[in-house]
Amino acid sequence: MSANHDGANLLEVRGLTKIFGTLTACDHVDLNIAKGEIHALLGENGAGKSTLVKMLFGSLEANSGEIFWNGQAVRITSPGVAKKLGIGMVFQHFSLFEALTAAENIALSLDDGSPISSIAAKARALSYSYGLPLDPESLVGDLSVGERQRIEIIRCLLQTPQLIILDEPTSVLTPQEADKLFETLERLRAEGKSILYISHRLEEVKRICDRATVLRHGKVVGHCNPREETAGSLARMMVGSEVQAVVRAPVEGIETARPLLEIRGLDRKPATPFSIPLKNISLNVRAGEVIGIAGVAGNGQGEFFESVSGEVLQQDGASVRIRGKDAGGLTITGRRLLGAAFVPEERLGHGAAPRMKLSENLLLSRHATDGKAFVGTGGMVKSGAVYAASQRIIEAMDVRKSAPDPEAAALSGGNLQKFIVGRELDRRPSVMVVNQPTWGVDAGAAAHIRQALIELSRSGSAVLVISQDLDELFEISDAIAVMHNGELSRPMPIAEATFEKVGLLMGGAEPGHAEHTLETA
Amino acid sequence: MMRLELVKRPQRSALFSMLSPFIAFALTIIAGAILFALLGVNPLNAFKIYFIEPISQVWQLHELAIKAAPLILIAVGLSVCYKANIWNIGAEGQFIFGAIFGSAIPVLFPQFEGPLVLPLMLLLGMVGGAAYAAIPALLKTRFNTNEILTSLMLVYVAQLFLDWLVRGPWRDPQGHGFPQTIQFGDSAVLPELMPDAGRANWGFVFALVAAVLIWILMGRMLKGFEVRVLGSSPRAGRFAGFGLNRMVFFAFLLSGALAGLAGISEVSGAIGQLQPVISPGYGFTAIIVAFLGRLNPLGIIGAGLVLALTYLGGEAVQSALGISDKVARVFQGMLLFFVLGCDTLIHYRIRLIGLALTKQEPAAKLEAAPKLKEAR
Repeated sequence: MSANHDGANLLEVRGLTKIFGTLTACDHVDLNIAKGEIHALLGENGAGKSTLVKMLFGSLEANSGEIFWNGQAVRITSPGVAKKLGIGMVFQHFSLFEALTAAENIALSLDDGSPISSIAAKARALSYSYGLPLDPESLVGDLSVGERQRIEIIRCLLQTPQLIILDEPTSVLTPQEADKLFETLERLRAEGKSILYISHRLEEVKRICDRATVLRHGKVVGHCNPREETAGSLARMMVGSEVQAVVRAPVEGIETARPLLEIRGLDRKPATPFSIPLKNISLNVRAGEVIGIAGVAGNGQGEFFESVSGEVLQQDGASVRIRGKDAGGLTITGRRLLGAAFVPEERLGHGAAPRMKLSENLLLSRHATDGKAFVGTGGMVKSGAVYAASQRIIEAMDVRKSAPDPEAAALSGGNLQKFIVGRELDRRPSVMVVNQPTWGVDAGAAAHIRQALIELSRSGSAVLVISQDLDELFEISDAIAVMHNGELSRPMPIAEATFEKVGLLMGGAEPGHAEHTLETA
Repeated sequence: MMRLELVKRPQRSALFSMLSPFIAFALTIIAGAILFALLGVNPLNAFKIYFIEPISQVWQLHELAIKAAPLILIAVGLSVCYKANIWNIGAEGQFIFGAIFGSAIPVLFPQFEGPLVLPLMLLLGMVGGAAYAAIPALLKTRFNTNEILTSLMLVYVAQLFLDWLVRGPWRDPQGHGFPQTIQFGDSAVLPELMPDAGRANWGFVFALVAAVLIWILMGRMLKGFEVRVLGSSPRAGRFAGFGLNRMVFFAFLLSGALAGLAGISEVSGAIGQLQPVISPGYGFTAIIVAFLGRLNPLGIIGAGLVLALTYLGGEAVQSALGISDKVARVFQGMLLFFVLGCDTLIHYRIRLIGLALTKQEPAAKLEAAPKLKEAR
């Protein structure tokens, strides 16, 4: 046992290890968090950040290792113990009931029996004092994602924690909302509270964090002061190698190119009380260009993807046109036969059947378009041809796997995504619609996928990318449109687009606004 | 102290996928031995009578085939439903309606004879079973009703309808008031395979052919792929462009037709007329057969023979030892119970954890640490 504890350390972690089966998710992790600091936990997806944090919050128990809280050895066996110690957590995926008010949701987690009205009053006072205004009486279902996050943060602050753990908090915020959050975090730091800030966004870590611990493959690869590092050097620590930069050749004369995907006045009524209606969406994607759709999660992107892909049909056949033909009344198979290809956001259970082999998952989206090659007379599947094609895709996309033809669920998220994108690219589709192409994918694989999408467009296809990752959209798009509350702004040419302009639209500035400022500028 | 812990396997275990029915069978035997012992019977002797004697002679093997045929036919149809995550529990009713539809020809047109009669009856039997299965399919697709409830409840409707038929409009006028139809004419009887050796009829051949055809459908054809995708991940199935409602109809009509074929084969082959009761619960036992056979049509052939044996064994212990033939139901129930339990082994490993010192040591150290500090 270590003898000397620095009194300034609020939390000290020694050799924390967590093993899942054959995978060592956290391997002898050391971490010190001082009082009054914002400490970044950096790492790629799958590096072990979430596992480490879950052990600190008591949702997982470590196989070995020690945790010291204010110099005292402690055992955090449940979230209740963590809360008593003074550890609060704001999760990446919110756990809120949409049909209840903000105050009711907060009351549920406090379980101390105090009346809702007093909780609401406390929450309101706290939220204003930290610059995160919140109406405790509002229904969660009516709130934006940013506002929901505020509930989670207020809920956490009401328990007066000493250490606040924030898991990827800005992934659901507009740049302006993120700025506000940073101000709040700096205030909390000034009050002497400590913050463990989990992120893979290097710029914001450089901006607000005092120290950083970098994880890779479950191991700590370094502690550093992010302000003294560059984004490039931090990325190298995270990834372990140089990441290939994505190259986007400029396109000429795109205005005259033929639109391959035309969306005209697309409307959709909400399918459930909490889903977003689509309102009069119009967009052209021309041969040779990549159009990006930015937006905070939950603003209708999922509904839009379903409508364009044909998983949900339209009343008006002309509201979606593919290669000049009305496709609104066609099923997803019909739209694929017109030359379109789709990659949904969810990999397991939507883009791929988890318990099926990769070769079978190839057949999933291509049984109709490649009917001659893959399906013989009488509906017999030519499994040899399917297998050969799946191996071709695995090779082209550098999919890493443990068996020749493993089940989809056995692959890591990034490798499965490479396969799913590769499955569609392999067809050379004329129209490609992708929702969150690199969500949860490591940097190397993400660069590979982005480059492949650009190359597809440059070979004469129309590519539409829906993403929450602004860096990604600025990297690959020729123009960016913003989706907010079921409406889509006009696409802004990339040369004129800035984070600020896009961020304003993401926050709900009127769709015409960007055009107007462009003219005056 | 020891405890068991289930550890999720990264991949489904192919070994245990194959072994699980056999482990389940072994556990059934053990539980059965306890049962027999409690009934005051020597378990070894009882097992000999239950499992060995009923299949020790050729004619008995024919009896086994007669019992196995409907079980296999129904179970291969059900396996398609269950693979598609559609829960048809009403095969017993579809079996009965197949029998009723098919029997319409020999009962209503007894003078119609010739080589056409039998094929027509079989065809009508399939139509009857499929039509009856279409009801829960329609209710599910139109009104989103739970097919488990509707298909199950329709079984009782079918049973009562058959009862009414044979006591009422279809009763044999020369039958001395017995609730049964006339005996079918010669051309309406399913021929025996080897009349010199035993009673087994063509129904068993239908079962084997159906099993092989469904095996090809599920393993080699696009339609089978569609069934598996929609069953395991419906959203991915929609993304593939497969329609869930069409699948509900496909699965119900296919399994209904096979249950109907089993029904008319049973009536036309083994019984020779319609009676108030024509099935010792084949439609329900076939559910066990389907799962014991791992929803694999070839596995179902083996499972069908095993479950057919539990029927024969039940009759044997009743006559030899005076134990109620309900013991057959007990064995069938235990088999299903254990096979579903053993399926856990396919996705999980069992780890025996003695509360080992190595694991507890660091935890104990952590708890002790504050006390140490206080002591200092």
